Amino acid sequence: MRRILIMGATSAIAEATAREFARRGDALFLVGRSAERLQAIAADLKLRGATAAECHVLDARGMDRFPALVDSAAEVLGGLDTALIAHGTLSDQAACEASVETMMQEFATNALSAMALCTLLANRFAAQRHGTIAVISSVAGDRGRQSNYVYGSAKAALSAFTSGMRQRLHSQGVRMVTIKPGFVDTPMTVAFRKGVLWASPATAARYIVRAMIKGTPVLYVPWFWRPVMAIIRAVPEFIFQRLRL
Amino acid sequence: MAEPITSWRSGPGSSWGNLLHYSHRVVPLTHRFAALPDSSPLLAYGNGRSYGDVCLNQDGVLLATRGLDRFIAFDSVSGVIECEAGVLLNDLIELTLPYGWFPPVTPGTGFVTLGGAIANDVHGKNHHRVGSFCNHVLEFELQRSDGTVLRCTPEENREWFCATAGGLGLTGLIRRVRLQLRPVPGPWLGGDSRRFRSLGEFFELDRVSGGNYEYTVAWLDCATGKSHLGRGVYMRGNHVPGREPVKSRLPVRLPLTPPFSLINGLTRNFLNQAYFHRPAAEQSAARWHYQSFFYPLDGILELNRMFGPKGFFQYQCVIPEAVAERSLTEIFERIAGSGERSFLAVLKMFGRIPPLGMMSFPRPGATLALDFPNHGARTLALLEALDAITVAAGGAVYPAKDARMSQDSFQQYFPNWRQFKAYVDPAFSSSLWRRVTQ
Ligand SMILES: Cc1cc2nc3c(=O)[nH]c(=O)nc-3n(C[C@H](O)[C@H](O)[C@H](O)COP(=O)(O)OP(=O)(O)OC[C@H]3O[C@@H](n4cnc5c(N)ncnc54)[C@H](O)[C@@H]3O)c2cc1C
Ligand SMILES: NC(=O)c1ccc[n+]([C@@H]2O[C@H](COP(=O)([O-])OP(=O)(O)OC[C@H]3O[C@@H](n4cnc5c(N)ncnc54)[C@H](OP(=O)(O)O)[C@@H]3O)[C@@H](O)[C@H]2O)c1
Repeated sequence: MRRILIMGATSAIAEATAREFARRGDALFLVGRSAERLQAIAADLKLRGATAAECHVLDARGMDRFPALVDSAAEVLGGLDTALIAHGTLSDQAACEASVETMMQEFATNALSAMALCTLLANRFAAQRHGTIAVISSVAGDRGRQSNYVYGSAKAALSAFTSGMRQRLHSQGVRMVTIKPGFVDTPMTVAFRKGVLWASPATAARYIVRAMIKGTPVLYVPWFWRPVMAIIRAVPEFIFQRLRL
Repeated sequence: MAEPITSWRSGPGSSWGNLLHYSHRVVPLTHRFAALPDSSPLLAYGNGRSYGDVCLNQDGVLLATRGLDRFIAFDSVSGVIECEAGVLLNDLIELTLPYGWFPPVTPGTGFVTLGGAIANDVHGKNHHRVGSFCNHVLEFELQRSDGTVLRCTPEENREWFCATAGGLGLTGLIRRVRLQLRPVPGPWLGGDSRRFRSLGEFFELDRVSGGNYEYTVAWLDCATGKSHLGRGVYMRGNHVPGREPVKSRLPVRLPLTPPFSLINGLTRNFLNQAYFHRPAAEQSAARWHYQSFFYPLDGILELNRMFGPKGFFQYQCVIPEAVAERSLTEIFERIAGSGERSFLAVLKMFGRIPPLGMMSFPRPGATLALDFPNHGARTLALLEALDAITVAAGGAVYPAKDARMSQDSFQQYFPNWRQFKAYVDPAFSSSLWRRVTQ
């Protein structure tokens, strides 16, 4: 049985992933902003087989409360060996261009808060010499594009940060999984027109759980985004700057 | 209004008959605590297993309820389950069957939501014993566009319960449901199946079977010429002990709609005759897994696509028992003379347990379900003629399967519709409702 902390547990991808863990009988500690939604999810996960599903209300920007959060998760679950960091906001690019404050807030939510939580978890897991941390980054972090480079650069920060952390933790028995979804049909992407490239949260969840169990370093969801992003990264900057992506 | 969101798969906005292609604004609901969007006309969309336009709302808003798919509570001693309205019957069974509990009523597909099952007050092969779905609903929560949320039970807010049961999604959004399940000894059913050569034989078989078998249904041979009118295979079964699971077979998919219908005279006659003459049509001790017993068509996902891009019509009517044999014969003759042919025909006797819904379809008599490939005006003319027979017999047509009945027919089939109108939420409407009342 795994003891799992999920940050951003009301996210569609996180909830679908939690259902996979529940089916395996794992114990879950759910963190999010809405108490009633967390409780509804927890009740459901218990019926689906979770050994425990506890709720904790916290905004990801309340980083000063992360140490207490991690302690309380470990206390309530009787230990902690797995974490999934899933929260995020698809930043309003135009608003971020217009306001430095908004831009910095978005960066804090999408990058700094996850990096802060990773730092605490890494130290705890390194000390106990085992554990798995999974962070949901994005294919958007593989290259900055004019349509969403604030969100994209926050995800790029996460990808680089987790890559370095993975090296650091490797010899200490701790696995770090960087998850890069492409298009997933969730509330975050409700305004987008859906096409063949889109995956459901349930599909994404199955890939994510498998990668977390195996300790896959970098997971593209679904896999075809790996070659797609390799091509996008390979476009020389003098051409890329003229494209309208 | 935002740009309509469409999906490459059949999703919110399409229905099972593949007949109607409307534009909608789809609003996916992801939890049960939100206010309704401030816009109209609204309509809840479950899993689109209705055949026509009861779940469509042309140029309006569809509240996609599949995101309301959380279990809330399950008592494995009493068999009471509470969940959000977008939970599928299949998912419910997966949770409760290991504890020996099964839905009290199930339609011919497990891919329906609880909200959809309430809004059409669906029936199953056990109608003669237990009535329809809403007879087993203990409670639901109804959200209205004026912001009120009503807890409805057969006692509390009874008039809202009765308006919403079979209320075609028009009284508001059902968010939460509490349902009484029925105990079963396991996933298996036992019984037999036998051929009958005429409608008279069918009625006789049904009279002797209803008392001993919880589930009864007949399939009619659609390949026959006039001489064999009304012949078919009668199936009856009960839940029986046995816990061994079956190898779960992966469903076959029909990922694309073929450019033409795979259903034509040849395939239809071949399949129907093969079905009638196969040895298993006469089985004295049959044993079925619940999936093949209740959901024989769910083995092929998107089976509806085989009718090709023009889609197909279902016609399901109920005819009072006293005139059933005569009217059904008339219906068969009318079809035989029309050049149109049904691919599948299913016949079942409804029992006398009255439904709770003021607009519910089930009522005592024989119910016949047919499906016709869409050949445009020819098919519509035939269905109109069948309506004339159903109206004259004092019967009714099932709105969940309908895409074309006239206002006059609807209003005769559902004389309570005027009284029902008072309960329709002013911000809710559907393509069907506009079609049959305006
Ligand atoms: C292969 C097959 C076999 C079938 N066999 C049977 C059968 O044996 N007996 C039978 O009775 N029916 C049968 N049906 C029809 C099916 O059971 C009904 O159409 C059912 O209502 C579909 O449920 P859905 O969740 O797909 O709802 P939809 O088709 O999406 O919607 C149906 C209605 O429910 C309303 N609705 C959905 N969710 C809510 C909600 N949360 N709140 C308020 N209103 C809501 C919609 O507005 C609409 O009016 C069959 C269908 C198929 C495809
Ligand atoms: N959907 C995609 O196509 C896609 C693609 C690539 C990457 N991703 C990433 O996948 C992750 C999950 O997103 P999703 O697609 O499942 O969308 P989602 O359902 O909208 O989930 C986003 C979650 O983040 C939470 N959140 C946002 N700001 C927060 C804050 N300050 N504090 C705490 N929680 C906060 C939200 O909480 P509330 O519910 O309280 O608002 C919500 O639960 C995100 O990191 C996203 O960037 C998604």
